[in-house]
Amino acid sequence: MKLVVDIRRKRHPGKAQDTIGRLAFSAESGEFVAIVGPSGAGKTTMLKIIAGLDKDYEGGLDGAGDDARLGFVFQEPRLLPWLNVADNLRLVSPALSDAEIDAGLAKVGLADTAAEFPLRLSGGMQRRVALLRAFLVRPELLLLDEPFISLDAPTAESLYQVLAELRSDVLPTTLLVTHDLREALALADRVLFVSHSPAQLILDYPIRLPKPRRRDDDAVSEMHHALIAQYPELLGGLGTVRPNKEAA
Amino acid sequence: MNPAAVRTLPAEAVRASALLVLLVVWQALAWKVADPLLPSPAAVFVSLIHHLTHGELLHHLGKTLMRVAAAFVIAMLVGVSVGVWMGRSKLVNNLLDSLLVLMLNLPALVAAILCFIWIGLNETAAVLAVALNKIPTVITNIREGARALDTQLLQVGEVYRVPRGTVLRRIVLPQLYPYIMASARSGLALIWKIVLVIELLGRSDGIGFQLGTFFQFFDLTSILAYTAAFAAVVFAIEALLLRPLDRRLNGWRA
Repeated sequence: MKLVVDIRRKRHPGKAQDTIGRLAFSAESGEFVAIVGPSGAGKTTMLKIIAGLDKDYEGGLDGAGDDARLGFVFQEPRLLPWLNVADNLRLVSPALSDAEIDAGLAKVGLADTAAEFPLRLSGGMQRRVALLRAFLVRPELLLLDEPFISLDAPTAESLYQVLAELRSDVLPTTLLVTHDLREALALADRVLFVSHSPAQLILDYPIRLPKPRRRDDDAVSEMHHALIAQYPELLGGLGTVRPNKEAA
Repeated sequence: MNPAAVRTLPAEAVRASALLVLLVVWQALAWKVADPLLPSPAAVFVSLIHHLTHGELLHHLGKTLMRVAAAFVIAMLVGVSVGVWMGRSKLVNNLLDSLLVLMLNLPALVAAILCFIWIGLNETAAVLAVALNKIPTVITNIREGARALDTQLLQVGEVYRVPRGTVLRRIVLPQLYPYIMASARSGLALIWKIVLVIELLGRSDGIGFQLGTFFQFFDLTSILAYTAAFAAVVFAIEALLLRPLDRRLNGWRA
């Protein structure tokens, strides 16, 4: 399902400044778009608007909110600690059979954990469950809010693989919000750079490298260096970058 | 016994030992004083057996228990519902808050007298008077819990469009269990105490009524025997109902 986002303005009540200036972009059905910007740029607010959690903004959406089957992976795993893993998955997809749950868990490398309570699992394992939960609803739109933050590199890398494998089955239109440029380059088809708050789009950058990629692949590293060299202000989010000719 | 040995004793034995000490001190005091106004535990036990087998203790205990149960259920249902409502909605909270403060500070005796005068000297008035005393404290407790609900987990329900009933059962209530259990414990204790006063005031059966009768005869042994029967029921409820429930609800904590 194609996603069209046109947020014209978002201001939190009681704040003097807008959180989001103007953010307009679209993502093709099945496309993986990463949104990179500095911390506090309003990226999470944008995801909440797209998810329909925040309806107090100016603008419009298509293929999001109440129109699309939605998967959402948050910064923290957000599993319910009093439900075991199987019941956590059933909370969002009540029709799942035991066999389907076991098969799903095996696919993300967590065979035999259906009866475990989340607090007994490691952080990386909890995130696998959270990823699986998002895919079991067979989402048309998948929103990822820095889901790999604060993980060590090997754990993050293994979760990239889990994500890629789960995505290949369902192929949802995917938005990944991150401030880790390497992560964006390793995973996405396209990277959108946003400025400091009030967030605005400053660069739309396609990635035409073959998948799967790893964050320390030579091609990814090369692209990372080239981007930093070409747009030194980019990750500062100062918004002084001229639109990229290739993307335009 | 050395400290390490004490620590490995089963929890039940440790709990019981405090009661045992109390009994021993009491018995010793009773021997020393040797006055009918301080009957010994042994005398109270004999009296308890007598009231159980020949008297009407079970009848009155049953009556009191029924009132306690009715008032408890009403207080918990109303208190939890209103508490969640007030905790989640600013408007409702502002509307009801001053009423709540008034209710919290309304003396039990006033509530009882008003109920008996307005409704009559009957069961409804008695149970209502007790429930009215307990409801505001339940509301206050549960409101705190409802205010502390984890928005992040509620958002999971919202994003995945989990039905309202399921959200309540699986996301909201489990977060309120500690508050509900605390309310239930303190509630049971408070209700016991008030039920007896209200029975003394306006009922012709129940433990409170009996205690009033014994009081007129200065029959301390019977008063203590009834109190013991009563304490036994409280311990049974705690051990057989509340503690197992606690364990069940807290099984997920690592």
